[in-house]
Amino acid sequence: MRGNRTGSEIDGGAETKGGGRAGYVWRRFRKNRLAMVGLAIIVLLIGVAIFADLIANYHDKVIKINIGIRHQAPSLAHFFGTDEFGRDIFARVVHGTRISLFVGLISVGIALFFGGGLGAVAGYYGGKIDTVIMRLLDVLLAIPVILLAITIIASLGVSIINLMIAVGVANIPGFARVVRGAVLGVKGNEFIEAAKAIGSPNYKIILAHVLPNCFAPIMVYATLKVATAIMATAGLSFIGLGVKPPTPEWGSMLSAGRGFIRDHVHEVFFPGLAIMMSVLSLNMIGDGLRDALDPRLK
Amino acid sequence: MLLHYVFKRILMLFPVLLGVTFLVFAIISLTPGDVAAMILGQNATTESVGKLRGEMGLNDPLPVQYGRYLEGMLHGDMGTSYATRKPVSDEILARFPNTLRLAILSIIISVTLSIPVGIVSAIKQYSLWDNMGMILALVGISMPSFWLGLMLIIAFSLGLGWFPSGGADKWTSIILPAITLGVASTASIARTTRSSMLEVIRQDYIRTAKAKGVSKVKVILRHALRNAIIPTLTVIGLEFGELLGGAILTETVFSWPGIGRLMVDSIQRKDTPMVLGSVVVFSVAFSLVNLAIDILYAFVDPRIKTNYQKKGAAR
Repeated sequence: MRGNRTGSEIDGGAETKGGGRAGYVWRRFRKNRLAMVGLAIIVLLIGVAIFADLIANYHDKVIKINIGIRHQAPSLAHFFGTDEFGRDIFARVVHGTRISLFVGLISVGIALFFGGGLGAVAGYYGGKIDTVIMRLLDVLLAIPVILLAITIIASLGVSIINLMIAVGVANIPGFARVVRGAVLGVKGNEFIEAAKAIGSPNYKIILAHVLPNCFAPIMVYATLKVATAIMATAGLSFIGLGVKPPTPEWGSMLSAGRGFIRDHVHEVFFPGLAIMMSVLSLNMIGDGLRDALDPRLK
Repeated sequence: MLLHYVFKRILMLFPVLLGVTFLVFAIISLTPGDVAAMILGQNATTESVGKLRGEMGLNDPLPVQYGRYLEGMLHGDMGTSYATRKPVSDEILARFPNTLRLAILSIIISVTLSIPVGIVSAIKQYSLWDNMGMILALVGISMPSFWLGLMLIIAFSLGLGWFPSGGADKWTSIILPAITLGVASTASIARTTRSSMLEVIRQDYIRTAKAKGVSKVKVILRHALRNAIIPTLTVIGLEFGELLGGAILTETVFSWPGIGRLMVDSIQRKDTPMVLGSVVVFSVAFSLVNLAIDILYAFVDPRIKTNYQKKGAAR
């Protein structure tokens, strides 16, 4: 946290209270009620994802076809009802949490790694390297994210791996921009100059000194992007380009339930609610983090 | 001098468009599987497949194929659909107005709702209205459009019977898809308007205007909004692009005969020229919208205009 001392005087004041900058941010974050609600929801969802097998048996409830109990309305035996194959929708939504969070995190990881790398190099070196990288990424930026993802899946073929690649690649230009901007802000600091003066190699300066100090904006952006990645995953599965049945993915559950909305609303209601809750909680956390890290507007 | 700026901005569009079309062309050409074999079906002989490959120019290197595609596009020829054997451009021309109509109606709904909400939220910061509005906006950007669409169908067409649940046969058909598509952009435009308004109303010149006795409404509309609108314009442009992308899902939910659905259907039919054509049209439309927004800036923000006038005068 060396570099941040150069920041605002509020930081210094908070640091004397103890806990450092992270503690200060956390105290601000904690005061934001919406952000705390979001954090509670996402912790719950992560718990559900980890313990999905304890909550509902994958084989018996999630994928096993049971024609005798198809299209049942929500009840105590089946909290969210059953679908056209008699599968328990609650169990499927629970196991779907695993897939959505996993795909969301991995695809943002891909975008962060490649986009962040490109952005850091562009921002740190500047000049021609910067121009070339950013002009090329401008081309990618000229295609809406979902469209780029669809194009990539259409050519690679439909699978979970390709889905993560597509959503990840489609988000590369955004991450490159954000990281580049953050790097430009940090680059001018004296400690970077000092590191150069003692002869540290450039890659070391980027990894050890520049990027750790860009943590805040990248963190906010990544949180918000996990939300959009989850939404994109569900959307792509909804149009048949994401996760294929019988794997319990929220978007493909919606797509399957679509044919029965006249009589069985629960089959589309609950999977959609799950998408919304996870996206909403991440958006609340992202907003809260931004306000906590950048107190100008609030 | 403004014309000079507009012209320069239009020139900058071409390399981007070239890049976009090449990228999409390259990605789609990576698709595994022999297109000629796919068209001819399983009973085709190796010779006939080879012959068709030659006729379609599939044996040429990728840049040559791309060059040929580009040349065709300049004449308005986007290839022939594998599925219908008709020109891609005909189908796209027939469908594009529907997507455009939907996107335009959505953006009109969004802008008329979101800007007043954003302004009032900013003026009455932390009031009940502000809190409610911003929570609703947060929910709005978090709601999957395809789910919202289904819920609207359940409530308003299956339940109340007010609107048709799909198709484009009646004039009321467009209402539900337009609302579905517009919710997310309404929410994010409202959020942006609020935060840029908040920043502007703290400026000194607003206090000055108030101090010299300008009426409150006038201060907000004349002094604050004009400066706060610039970030909002950016978001409107971005959202319009998002709308085009979002149309893919919304059109699927409502069976709306636009380019989005055409693209999804074509992907499922493995109709590569049609997919390529739709993606290219989407991307071109997206770039044109961004261009229009950039040009609009120059009219709204006098700083950009004077910047160019100075440069012109110096020359």
